Amino acid sequence: MGRPLTITEKIILNHTDLDDVMPGDIVNARVDIALGNDITAPIAIKEFETIGIKGVFDRQKIALVPDHFVPNKDILSARQAKMLREFAKTYDIKYYFECGEAGVEHALLPEKGIVLPGDLVIGADSHTCTYGALGAFATGVGSTDLAYAFAFGELWLKVPESIKVVFEGRPKKWVSGKDLVLYLIGQIGVEGANYMALEFSGNTFKHLGMADRFTISNMAIEAGAKSGIFEPDEITEEYVKGRANRDYTFYKSDEGAKYAKVLNFNTEIINPQVAFPHLPENSVDINEASAKNIKIDQSVIGSCTNGRIEDLRIAAQVLKGKKIAKYTRLIVIPATVEVYRMAEKEGLIDIFMDAGAVVSTPTCGPCLGGYMGILADGERAISSTNRNFKGRMGDVTSEVYLANPAVCAASAILGKISNPEEVM
Amino acid sequence: MIFKGKVFKFGDNIDTDAIIPARYLNDSSDENLKKHCMEDADPAFSSNVSKGDFIVAGSNFGCGSSREHAPRAIKASGVPVVIAKSFARIFYRNSFNIGLFILEANTDDIASGDTLEVNTDNGEIKNLTKNTVINAKPIPKFMSELVNAGGLMEYARKRVKEGGRR
Repeated sequence: MGRPLTITEKIILNHTDLDDVMPGDIVNARVDIALGNDITAPIAIKEFETIGIKGVFDRQKIALVPDHFVPNKDILSARQAKMLREFAKTYDIKYYFECGEAGVEHALLPEKGIVLPGDLVIGADSHTCTYGALGAFATGVGSTDLAYAFAFGELWLKVPESIKVVFEGRPKKWVSGKDLVLYLIGQIGVEGANYMALEFSGNTFKHLGMADRFTISNMAIEAGAKSGIFEPDEITEEYVKGRANRDYTFYKSDEGAKYAKVLNFNTEIINPQVAFPHLPENSVDINEASAKNIKIDQSVIGSCTNGRIEDLRIAAQVLKGKKIAKYTRLIVIPATVEVYRMAEKEGLIDIFMDAGAVVSTPTCGPCLGGYMGILADGERAISSTNRNFKGRMGDVTSEVYLANPAVCAASAILGKISNPEEVM
Repeated sequence: MIFKGKVFKFGDNIDTDAIIPARYLNDSSDENLKKHCMEDADPAFSSNVSKGDFIVAGSNFGCGSSREHAPRAIKASGVPVVIAKSFARIFYRNSFNIGLFILEANTDDIASGDTLEVNTDNGEIKNLTKNTVINAKPIPKFMSELVNAGGLMEYARKRVKEGGRR
């Protein structure tokens, strides 16, 4: 028996040939899945072709998901998507998805069982940390890193220190994973976990499902974190079984494992949160936000953060039988084709359309100011996405407020930032 | 290496959307990235910057997206070194991977327009305008080897020449 390890240290150690790893060590780690999208993979593909190696390391361990500007928004985007398609054909990449079978990468890969507990996943997309929800070590890297991983199936990584984040207690009504993570970022700041792994635990997560865990891990990067991991449990098992078609491993942190710090939060006092422009750390209680009478032009429900079926169900619960405010746009974007299909079958799409929303095919679209809902100068949006940086969704003078899907739905109905309680 | 140039100073939390807005990410060519570098933080940057100039900033420079387009845009603009109080993680690794120097230092007393002489070997930053010297945090050994080797792709090509995949 070596020294006690965190779940993060264990997963990294098991992907090296070493006997021990310490925070701060730089190691070469084997990669289970290497991911790229239509923005980051084109650079990786160009770089890969300069390495002078025959073929990729493993055609079954690469995922290429065109999602940011797909269905292609313009000719240049079409060219980038074409590069992915050609690369996928050339190397017979197993996990390549056209838009009719795909969706937002970080919703898609877990849904299809492509990323699994115990995996080491690198992705050329900052929200790759989403898969930490499954008990995997997953982190965002750059395109050059991805090219290197395409070639060698490994990558240099610095073993991170971990911060343990404990949420105890039952969440209030309308409080979701989004609110807990916005609250956390409000407490520690956008740089509060820079270079570190966040490890989430506490009995609150017995009351929340996998969708909430995905949302929380997804936004670990907004506190600067390298990863955001949950110890897998019966809720993870329930999600993974039936999706996985290879073996997976549940790792747990050892008793006595060392943490840089431990943060304890009482979930029972947390209300839905709204992050004000222009940083995710500007989170404010929904009642305070609502009292400010902040008019909105657009509401967006979707993205790798909150575009899952659970998110759409909550939004539909708020919107059912109601109309959105005049001169307000509500854009609903199911994160994957499968989510879209489920929403259709459950009657959610009708609820959205009856309320006056437009429903888009899966895409990252407006989240990053790509297309499908760009803001004009001075316009204001509330959004279930993950970033509210200056100009993130359009003109540099526009504003984005971040919130959970229920708050986004309620705000669309009243045309101003609102507590779901105000419309129920 | 020693670099000399003038400073473009920015504040805290300069995110990758400010460095290269997503609306330009449908084209990863250096020409396109250079043209729109820093556009949402300083629209005049691309027309005012000269080869050898420095970007100097506060804390958490490069936060947000993993887009390697951000350090590539800076490098394509002719900026050899970015100096900030701290850097977001992915931007940090991307910069070293593509051979852009990154120095962490207290940048409070550096202003736009100052002329600096920066030694990336020992981290010494001479402010020739103010006649002061600031010492940057030493670059970790692995990172300086990476950047001195010409970045991760150069390292990868060498690895292939020396015997392939494993």
